[in-house]
Amino acid sequence: MQEHILSILIFFPALAAMLGFIVHKDSARAFGVTVAAIEFFLSLWLWHLYDPMTSGMQFMEKAPLVAAFGINYLVGIDGISLFIIILATFFTMIGIASLTETRRVKDLIVTLLFLEMTMVGVFSALDAIVFYVFWELSLIPMLYIIGAWGGPLRIYASVKFFLYTFTGSLVMLVGMLFMAYFYFQATGQWSFSLLEWYRLILPLNFQLWLFAAFFLGFAIKVPMFPFHTWLPYAHGQAPTIGSVILAAILLKMGTYAFVRFSLPLFPDAAVYFMFPIASLAIIMIVYTAMVAYAQEDIKQVVAYSSVSHMGVIVLGTFALNVEGISGSIFLMIAHGVVSGALFLLVGVVYDRRHTKLMSEFGGLASVMPRYATIFGIMMMASVGLPLTINFVGEFLSLLGFYKQSHGFTLVAGTAIIVGAIYMLTAYKKMFFGTVTKEENKYLKDVNKTELLALIPLVVITVWLGVYPKPILEPISKSVESIVQLMHDKAQTPEAQKRIPNLGNPEVKNSQQETH
Amino acid sequence: MLEPLHVSLASLNIVTLAPMLIAIVGALSILCIDMIKGGLHKSFYVMVSLLFLLLDLGTVIDFGNIFLKNGPVLGMFDMVLVDGLAIMGQIIIVAGSMLFIALALTSKRFHEYNNPEYFSLFLFMIAGFQFMVATDNLIMVFVGLETASLALYALIALHNRSKSFEAAVKYFTMGALAAGFFAFGSMILYAITGAIEINQIASILAADHYANIGYVLVAVSFLLAAFGFKLSMVPFHTWTPDVYEGSTAALAGYMSIVPKIAGFIVAMRLFEFLVHSGVVWLQVILYVAVVVTMTASNIWAMVQTDVKRMLAYSSISHAGFVMAAILIGTTQSNTALFLYWALLSFTNLGAFTMLWVSRQKNLLPGQSSDHPFEKFSGLIKTMPMAAIMMGLFMLSLAGIPPFGLFWGKIYIIASAVSGGYTVLALIMALNSALAAYYYLKLIVFMFMKEPITEYGKHYLTNASLSLKTIIGIAAIGTIFAVVAVNPLLKVITLFVYNSGY
Repeated sequence: MQEHILSILIFFPALAAMLGFIVHKDSARAFGVTVAAIEFFLSLWLWHLYDPMTSGMQFMEKAPLVAAFGINYLVGIDGISLFIIILATFFTMIGIASLTETRRVKDLIVTLLFLEMTMVGVFSALDAIVFYVFWELSLIPMLYIIGAWGGPLRIYASVKFFLYTFTGSLVMLVGMLFMAYFYFQATGQWSFSLLEWYRLILPLNFQLWLFAAFFLGFAIKVPMFPFHTWLPYAHGQAPTIGSVILAAILLKMGTYAFVRFSLPLFPDAAVYFMFPIASLAIIMIVYTAMVAYAQEDIKQVVAYSSVSHMGVIVLGTFALNVEGISGSIFLMIAHGVVSGALFLLVGVVYDRRHTKLMSEFGGLASVMPRYATIFGIMMMASVGLPLTINFVGEFLSLLGFYKQSHGFTLVAGTAIIVGAIYMLTAYKKMFFGTVTKEENKYLKDVNKTELLALIPLVVITVWLGVYPKPILEPISKSVESIVQLMHDKAQTPEAQKRIPNLGNPEVKNSQQETH
Repeated sequence: MLEPLHVSLASLNIVTLAPMLIAIVGALSILCIDMIKGGLHKSFYVMVSLLFLLLDLGTVIDFGNIFLKNGPVLGMFDMVLVDGLAIMGQIIIVAGSMLFIALALTSKRFHEYNNPEYFSLFLFMIAGFQFMVATDNLIMVFVGLETASLALYALIALHNRSKSFEAAVKYFTMGALAAGFFAFGSMILYAITGAIEINQIASILAADHYANIGYVLVAVSFLLAAFGFKLSMVPFHTWTPDVYEGSTAALAGYMSIVPKIAGFIVAMRLFEFLVHSGVVWLQVILYVAVVVTMTASNIWAMVQTDVKRMLAYSSISHAGFVMAAILIGTTQSNTALFLYWALLSFTNLGAFTMLWVSRQKNLLPGQSSDHPFEKFSGLIKTMPMAAIMMGLFMLSLAGIPPFGLFWGKIYIIASAVSGGYTVLALIMALNSALAAYYYLKLIVFMFMKEPITEYGKHYLTNASLSLKTIIGIAAIGTIFAVVAVNPLLKVITLFVYNSGY
């Protein structure tokens, strides 16, 4: 069973979803929680089986799909994907467990389970077409969740979400087909295997075009400025569960794909575009932080702050050294935990008052003390307070980029202060002062179901903030091999200078094993 | 005094006619049966037609084996050519027809299915299409084309509604014009080369290095216009939405698959050597036609209010997409064409059958067409299974992986990439994004809106067990297409490559 654990992990939720059609609607939620819990424990078992000393791919499985065209079902994970998969299964579980939606719960549960399949699939695919299949397939459940359970503008928001991402990924698909064709020209065989593509060294001008094609697909997903306009609509209209999954997992597909595709496939282009992308990332950090400050809707504040932090992740990724990339991957997980928790928290208060406007609240700290405490912890984590999970990731990302450019890092660093301003202001507006609205006086504090979801998140936030090593170590192990691969492939002097040579013979050996 | 003509029967190779003859015999025997005993139920005729088509298919597959062993077979004074293209084309034509003829088994009664002539015309039409693909001879193409088209016009008109008559007459007028263009184009080619076989025309033109390039271009313009009509390329597409709207959904779905593959095969035979001859003008005009057909029809499809009209424009855009394969003209792209069409036939079969099962006898007050988008509003709440099926076919048409059409789509785009048509590959990809919008529109109506009750009782009223089975077959074909892609690719590549395309 161990050698097929990844396939089980991918297809178990889908299979369960199909059976879920038969489950009676009153028991649908219990069914969903059960399946998601089994899936989560399977993913923990995966972590248990994972060998942290190897940096290459583990649990690899291969089966031909379209052999004549070089498409194989090829999956495998390394330290980078392992924790994002666990994050995905974890959030699906607590998302379903804390579900407060009452309309057509069964459809929602089935959709979420299908979504879980696509998420695990994306992060474990090692064949470009398999990756693309899951990547596109993940749009459909999300489209349905936003479009069927969302707010008044839900159809506009869901279609916009779909078309934006779909357009970007079609350009990426053309890029993938080009990659496969170049591989065909070099070896006489079609292949979409990522591991085989890694061995291909392309001339710089090809790299630039292909990098651009892939970048468009990934950047829309992240979403990077100026492609971010779909996200506020999607978050604004999506139900709580939709926003949680979107912010915690789906956005990570973009940044994960940068690490998995863009960097190792096109190292020279990555260096070439390093500063343009860093500029975009910094604009994204600063600009969306300012926009977040101007919002009146608490969910929009969280949404824009989420975009802003995604900018730090991109910045860390394009530091192109071990600190930056490891930090950005750690931040992906941290951002998932924190922004997912914040969206859950917004959902808590929305369920009680059916409004998200901050002006409607005030003085909640005295009415809902437990809620205010958890919100406070998460807000502090979002701001990047030391000893919380976000701090580790942000610090490493910025440290990584500091090695490339001092000025850029400085500007990005100030953005963290802006982050503190808007978050603290929002907190002040909602929780401090006197209770002005009559309805707010008798609001119930967080109940047991909600605590069930929120407490683990608080624990993770503090635990990994204090002691990040169990996650950080396997991540940097795998990142080292990617950075070394990039250095070995780099052709331009600029790239050879920018991408550090780790020169660690042990790393080199395991790199060859990867192939 | 004329010399007596001596032809040995063996050199005629009459057996090459067997597939078409089976269809024709089938058609005639249906007429004979009707004379002996009239008033038989439509299920009888459907089954008889299916049996003859099964025999037909078997013969074609048998020819496939012979072809793989001995190469192309010629017969009847070289009028009939059985090569890989002919065999692939005939398989798609006959298999597609078998799936669509079963759509006559509705639970409601429709006028046309009470006439045995309907089924006999249907078989004649198939024979016509088979003649059209299994020849290299421009006159035979013409005869096959006209046989098939005339039968098809009659089939549309037999539906006995004013809109159907309008559709039939419109199709007939346009078709007649196209036939004229085709005859004129072939005539010019004959005038400058003295040959009516495409391969001879090609070699004669190549031998004198395209000395009469002006005439060739005139001839090609006429032929392009003729195929533009038949394959509904922009700007010759105007008949398509009206004809689709006037025909039954079953026949509209049929028209979106079978007549077009026949057209594509002739277009492939004809344009392939011209594209490779290095006549830049032709490449440019084909390039423009492909891009405009894809893009314009996608934009028109967005503003439609009727699902069937939307699917009509979508089928125009698919035709443009596939025409790109002919423009690219490599073995890979020609293989992609067949793969795409085989996968499309399953998806389109499903989509049109879903419309067919919800066909009303009479329109409701305020309803402007048979299948407005509103009719499908909130279907997920009233009939979840039907909504999921329809959603599946829409996603497949939009090219969402891993459903059927996606694999055809990436193979065509990959052939554009490897054929050196980078920009075209990008345009094709972006057109898929345009197309996603209107397919999504139906999904939005079905999954995200509230049901409109008065439509509710008309949904699925036409669904008999046979129709549901067909939808099931289409759905399985769409979902599990990935399993079939590899064997299909291998077989098609073998056939296409061995025919020299």
